[in-house]
Amino acid sequence: MLLAPGAVGNEKQYVGFATLPNQVHRKSVKKGFDFTLMVAGESGMGKSTLVNSLFLTDLYKDRKLLNSEERINQTVEIIKHTVDIEEKGVKLKLTIVDTPGFGDAVNNNECWKPITDYIDQQFEQYFRDESGLNRKNIQDNRVHCCLYFIPPFGHGLRPVDVEFMKALHEKVNVVPLIAKADCLTPNEIKKLKDRVREEIERFGIKVYQFPECDSDEDEEFKQLDKELKECCPLAVIGSNTVVETRGQRVRGRLYPWGIVEVENQSHCDFVKLRNMLIRSHMHDLKDVTCDVHYENYRAQCIQDMTSKLTQDNRMESPIPILPLSTPDVETDRLIKMKDEELARMQEMLNKMQQQIHDGKDQ
Amino acid sequence: MAATDVDIFSNEEKRNLSLGGHVGFDSLPDQLVSKSVTQGFCFNILCVGETGIGKSTLMNTLFNTMFENEEASHYQNGVCMRPRTYDLQESNVHLKLTIVDTVGFGDQINKEESYKPIVDYIDTQFENYLQEELKIKRSLFNYHDGRVHICLYFIAPTGHSLKSLDLVTMKKLDSKVNIIPIIAKADTISKSELHKFKIKIMSELVSNGVQIYQFPTDDDAVTEINSSMNAHLPFAVVGSVEEVKVGNKTVRARQYPWGVVQVENESHCDFVKLREMLIRVNMEDLREQTHARHYELYRRCKLEEMGFTDTDPDCQPFSLQETYEAKRKEFMGDLQKKEEQMRQMFVNKVKETEAELKEKERELHNKFEQLKHMHQEEKRKVEEKRWDLEEEMNAFNRRKVAAETLSLVQPLKKDKDKKKVNVWAQAKHGFVFHHHSDINVFFYFLYIPS
Repeated sequence: MLLAPGAVGNEKQYVGFATLPNQVHRKSVKKGFDFTLMVAGESGMGKSTLVNSLFLTDLYKDRKLLNSEERINQTVEIIKHTVDIEEKGVKLKLTIVDTPGFGDAVNNNECWKPITDYIDQQFEQYFRDESGLNRKNIQDNRVHCCLYFIPPFGHGLRPVDVEFMKALHEKVNVVPLIAKADCLTPNEIKKLKDRVREEIERFGIKVYQFPECDSDEDEEFKQLDKELKECCPLAVIGSNTVVETRGQRVRGRLYPWGIVEVENQSHCDFVKLRNMLIRSHMHDLKDVTCDVHYENYRAQCIQDMTSKLTQDNRMESPIPILPLSTPDVETDRLIKMKDEELARMQEMLNKMQQQIHDGKDQ
Repeated sequence: MAATDVDIFSNEEKRNLSLGGHVGFDSLPDQLVSKSVTQGFCFNILCVGETGIGKSTLMNTLFNTMFENEEASHYQNGVCMRPRTYDLQESNVHLKLTIVDTVGFGDQINKEESYKPIVDYIDTQFENYLQEELKIKRSLFNYHDGRVHICLYFIAPTGHSLKSLDLVTMKKLDSKVNIIPIIAKADTISKSELHKFKIKIMSELVSNGVQIYQFPTDDDAVTEINSSMNAHLPFAVVGSVEEVKVGNKTVRARQYPWGVVQVENESHCDFVKLREMLIRVNMEDLREQTHARHYELYRRCKLEEMGFTDTDPDCQPFSLQETYEAKRKEFMGDLQKKEEQMRQMFVNKVKETEAELKEKERELHNKFEQLKHMHQEEKRKVEEKRWDLEEEMNAFNRRKVAAETLSLVQPLKKDKDKKKVNVWAQAKHGFVFHHHSDINVFFYFLYIPS
C-alpha cells in the first residue's frame, strides 16, 4: 500500500525524497562513468570505422595493417584503446578492446581462446579486488559489451561465427551486427536477418536481450523498444568521411550511383545501434555484466575452489577464498601445524598397530 | 623421298614467291572457322570463392541465363567440387559450357586443406586427357575436354588486402590454370577505396610470385585493348539478374535506397570489361594457353615421373610404347624381388621369435625347479624344528607330571625320614631349582606365541 507520507487530513506534506533522482544524477556526473566495449570480427569488416562513427572520434590513427602472407599464421591479439570523452559535463572513460587477427589465419582453430582468456582475466582481477581489503579504488575493466561483426557476403552464420558466439555468450553481452550493410538491398537484408535470427536460435546462442519495458512507460518508448527487438541483428554501415548531400554535410559513403548516409534510418540501422548502445541501454549492459555474467563467473570460481578443498583435505588455495587475509595468517599457521602433528601421530599409531599385528603373526 | 633429299631441302633458304593471280588459299581461315563452328566449342570455367560471394549470380549475369543453382550451406565439412555442363547457343555457334563450383570453400574453421580438392580436380582433368592421348585407339575430336580453361578467383571486398586463404590457394593454382582474380560484390567499395584496394592486391600477388593470367598483347588486333585491360586487374564486378527501370530503359541492376547500381554501366563496375575480356576477345586464347602451357607442363612432369626422357644417348627418339613396356617389365621384376625379400624377412623373424620363446620357456622351467627345491628345503627345516619343539614339549610334560606326582607323595613321607627329608630338601632344592628352570621353560613356552 503506497503511503503518502504525512497525509494529514487533505494536505500532503512535502518530505523531499523526490529529489533523490537529482542527487543520484549529481553524484554520478561528479563520479563519471566508464564503459568497456569489445569489437570482434574478421579484418576488413569495418570495425574501426564503426567505432569511429559511433563515438565521433578518431581512435585508430596510424594503424598498421598486416599483409596477407603475414596473416597466414597470425594469432589473435588483444589491444586496448582508452579515451576520456566529455559531453555536457558528463565524463565517460571509454575503453575499446580490439581483437586484430581474429579469423584471419588459414587455420582458425580456437582463435577465440585469447579473447575468452582476456575476459576471464578481467573477471578474476575484479574478483580479487572485490575480495581484498582496500576496495576504494577498484578499477572495473570488465568487458560490458561485445559487438560481433557478421560478414554480409554469405548466406548466414558461418561455423567460426557460431563457435565464437557460443564460447562467449555466457561471459559477456554479445550483440551481433551485420557489417558493411551497403552491399545488401533491403530485401536481402531482411532475408539475412531472418536467417541469422533463426540460426542463433537453432544453435542456442544467447545474445544480449533488450530488457522488457515496464507497462507504465509511454507508447512511443514501447514502440521503439518493439522495433529494436525486431531489428536484431542490426545491419550497420560506418564511415570516416563526411559528404555533402541535399544541402547538408553528413557522415556517409560516396558512390557513383548515390550517397549512403550513415545516420539515415532507411539506409541502415546505425542510429538504432547508437541509441541502444549509448543513449538508452549502456547502463543496462553494465548491469547485466555485473549481475549476471560476473556473478556466474564468481559462483563458478568459488565452487571450483571449494570442491578442490574437500578433495585435498588440506588448506591450499591460490587465491584468498574469503576475506581471510593478514590478521588470520597466524591462526592459519597454527592450524596447519596442528594438522601436521595430528597426521604424524596418526601415522605412528598406524605403524604401531601394524607392528603388533605382525608380531602376533610370528 | 630419300633421306638425303630431305636434308638438302631443310638447309635451303626459304624463298618468298609472289603470286601471279588469286589462288584462293586465303579462304583457309574461313574453312577452319566453319569446321569449328560445326564441331562446336567447349569451355570450362572454375569459380573459386567463399560461400555466398556471388559466384552463381555472376555466372547467370555473364551468360544471361538462369543456371539452376541451390544456395549452398555454410556448414560443409570440406570443399567439394560441383561441375555442371550446359549447352548454349548463340547465332549458329554451339558452346558446351562447364561451370565448376567450389562448394564450402572458406567456411571451415581450419582451412589448411581447402585448396586440395581444387588442385585434385584440375589434375584429374589433365590426367584424363593425358590418358586419352596415350591410348592406342584414340578419338580426340570426340573427346569431351574437361580441362579447366579459366579460374575466376572471387576476392571478398574487405577493402584492405587479400585474405591469407586467398594467397595460399592462388599460389597452389597458378601453375595449373589461368587465374583471373575478381573483386566480388564491388558495390560496397567506394571509388577511392577501390583504387587503393586494387593496387594492394596486385602488389601482394606480385610480391608473392603468383602468376595470374595476362591478356595477350602480341596480336595486333587486340593488343591495345588487352594491355589497357591488364591495367584494370583485378576487375571489380557486380552481378544481378533482376531488372530495374532506369530512365526509360530496363537494365540489370541492384536497387538500393540510395541509388541503383547498374551492372553494365562502366562507371559503376567492371562487369563489361570482364565480359569483353573473358568471352568476346580472349576465350580462344584461354583455351590455347591451357593446352599449350598448363597441360604441357602437367604432361611433362607426369611423364618425367614415370621415367621417360625425350631422347636416349643415341639421339633416337623413343617410342612411347616400347619404353612403357620396358618400364613395366622392370617394375614387375622389382615387385617380385621385393616380395621375395619380404617373405624372407618374415620367415627369419618367425624363426627368431620361436628361438626366443624356447629360451624363455627353458629359463622358466629352470626357475620353477629351483623354487621347488628351495621350497622343499624350507619345508624340511620347518619340519625338523617342529619335531624338536615337540620333543621339548613332551620332555616338559613328563617333568611336569613327575613333579606333580612328587608333590603329592611329599606330605606322607615328611615325618619319617629326615635324611630323606634332607635328601628331599636337597632334592627339593634341586627340584626347586629345577622347578625354576622349568618355570623359565614354562614361561618361555608361554612367551613364544605372543
